[in-house]
Amino acid sequence: MTLLRGRARFIRLETVRLIEIAKTGHYSSVFSAAELFAALYYDVMRLKPGEPRWPSRDRFTIGKGHAAVGLFPIYADLGFFPKTWLNDYTRLGSPLGDHPDMRKVPGVDFSSGSIGHALSNGLGMALAQRWTGESYRVFCMMGDGEMQEGQVWEAAISAAQHKARSLIAIVDRNGYQLDGKVDDVMNIEPLADKWRAFGWEVHEVDGHDLAATTELLRRVRADDERQKPCCVIARTVKGKGVSYMEEEPGWHLGYLHPSDAQAAIAEITAEGK
Amino acid sequence: MGKPLSSDSWQYRGLNAANPGLDHLSNGIIDLVKAGRNVVAGSADLQYSNGLNRFAAAYPNRYISFGISEQNMVSAAAGLASCGVIPFVATFASFMALLACEQIRMDVAYCALPVRLIGHHTGISLGFYGTSHHATEDIATMRSIADLAIVSPADGAQLEAAIRASTDYDRPIYFRIGRGRDPVVYPSTVTFAFGKAHEHLIGEELTIIACGMAVHGALEAAKAMNATGRSVGVIDMASIKPIDRDAILAAAGRTRKMMTVEEHNVLGGLGAAVAEVLTDEGAGVKLRRHGIYDEFSLIAPPTHLYAHYKLDGPGIREVAEAFLDG
Repeated sequence: MTLLRGRARFIRLETVRLIEIAKTGHYSSVFSAAELFAALYYDVMRLKPGEPRWPSRDRFTIGKGHAAVGLFPIYADLGFFPKTWLNDYTRLGSPLGDHPDMRKVPGVDFSSGSIGHALSNGLGMALAQRWTGESYRVFCMMGDGEMQEGQVWEAAISAAQHKARSLIAIVDRNGYQLDGKVDDVMNIEPLADKWRAFGWEVHEVDGHDLAATTELLRRVRADDERQKPCCVIARTVKGKGVSYMEEEPGWHLGYLHPSDAQAAIAEITAEGK
Repeated sequence: MGKPLSSDSWQYRGLNAANPGLDHLSNGIIDLVKAGRNVVAGSADLQYSNGLNRFAAAYPNRYISFGISEQNMVSAAAGLASCGVIPFVATFASFMALLACEQIRMDVAYCALPVRLIGHHTGISLGFYGTSHHATEDIATMRSIADLAIVSPADGAQLEAAIRASTDYDRPIYFRIGRGRDPVVYPSTVTFAFGKAHEHLIGEELTIIACGMAVHGALEAAKAMNATGRSVGVIDMASIKPIDRDAILAAAGRTRKMMTVEEHNVLGGLGAAVAEVLTDEGAGVKLRRHGIYDEFSLIAPPTHLYAHYKLDGPGIREVAEAFLDG
């Protein structure tokens, strides 16, 4: 777990660094998912470093594509593209923008940016194995605000119907969307019951508890008996790791002046030590 | 209650099974499977309307029923294509090109995935089903999406030819097709190439550029006019995007006037695409864009609508003669 905790810290620190280059970005959307990203990319998913197009790799789709700034450092770290790319994040001609583009960024399994598509994309990837003979898992991370998109539920009902058992959805239940608390803007509860009612196996976990999250994701990845798709609802804190971001949902999008970035870096670095 | 007694009574599946024009879509995809291509087909609860039931019967393990969820179908098709499977997914053109437009833009075209989108019963071919089921905007919406090809075949043989040609085309394609009752224009040996028009007649007074069901009427009109001493040419621009600029400019170089005919709004469709080429190149010809004149169609059986909107042979002739004499 020490390694994974270090990777989660790395994701947060790199996010602060890259947003300093762009001068705007989605800090708190990455911070709620940092442990999930770390668990998936550094433990759970079957990947080959340096081989982003390996046909048998596990796939990852993301509905909250605005958290890509937290994924790019991972892909560079895994050797999918040169780390120097990160230094030009969002600059003219850079492959790396606020949202991930599969045509430009090795490691991105599917482009994103329009919320609500990713589960359908993942469903197609899961079904494709029937005609390619490959055997992989498809992890699809969605925001909790994303649960308000109708297409999510089209995909959910369809995945159950087609017994897409290699499809594993992860809901980053950080509780906030742009206009406020998710359940004030448009209540999505009872969320676990909804997924169950749509024919999915459902698990809930503290998305910042790396040991529990990793153990659960490993287990659902390895489960060959399950005949239905699986949804993991990860309870998280938006902005986790920087105290004032945890208290102010406006940090969904923002910019830290270098002096403030230093303080944030100090807090992130101190965490868990 | 027994079954209906009269042979005039009918039910949906029986009626569609009796329409051989619906076979072409399935036949084209079946040929790809036979040729060893890793293709699948899917539909949003309309397999008996688009004839994919024929494919589903031939290859049940290669058919995906998506239910009434067009957006999920398109996005899932993109996911399939990203993993090496070529999906043909079909629904009414109105739903494909408008309801799922953003999924097509983001997941199919932006990702440059070889998804084959089938928008069937395009234009006003659903007659009295009304505007919800008409697609007189689909060329306009699809044409403005980068990296997406648009094919509007005139008949089933040309559709099959285009499906065959698609195996060498690794980009996404929107096929805009009719309801399987389009009059025959081509022999089964017809070929298709992306970006290549099919030139039928050469004319000096007027060149008509048409697509889809309008090709048959354009040919009928041109032949009737040529029989009276006129000189009218006809070009089938089935490949709307990429468009055959050379064919348009060559026609502009030899005729005084040009006319486009399409089962689509005159805004944003084939006529607009031809006008763009002519304007870009400063070709000094008069162009008449004929189609649906920026209105929602009336309700009527399809053939009545085609007559009303002058999209059949006599109607196209009337518009063309008025244009030449005007």
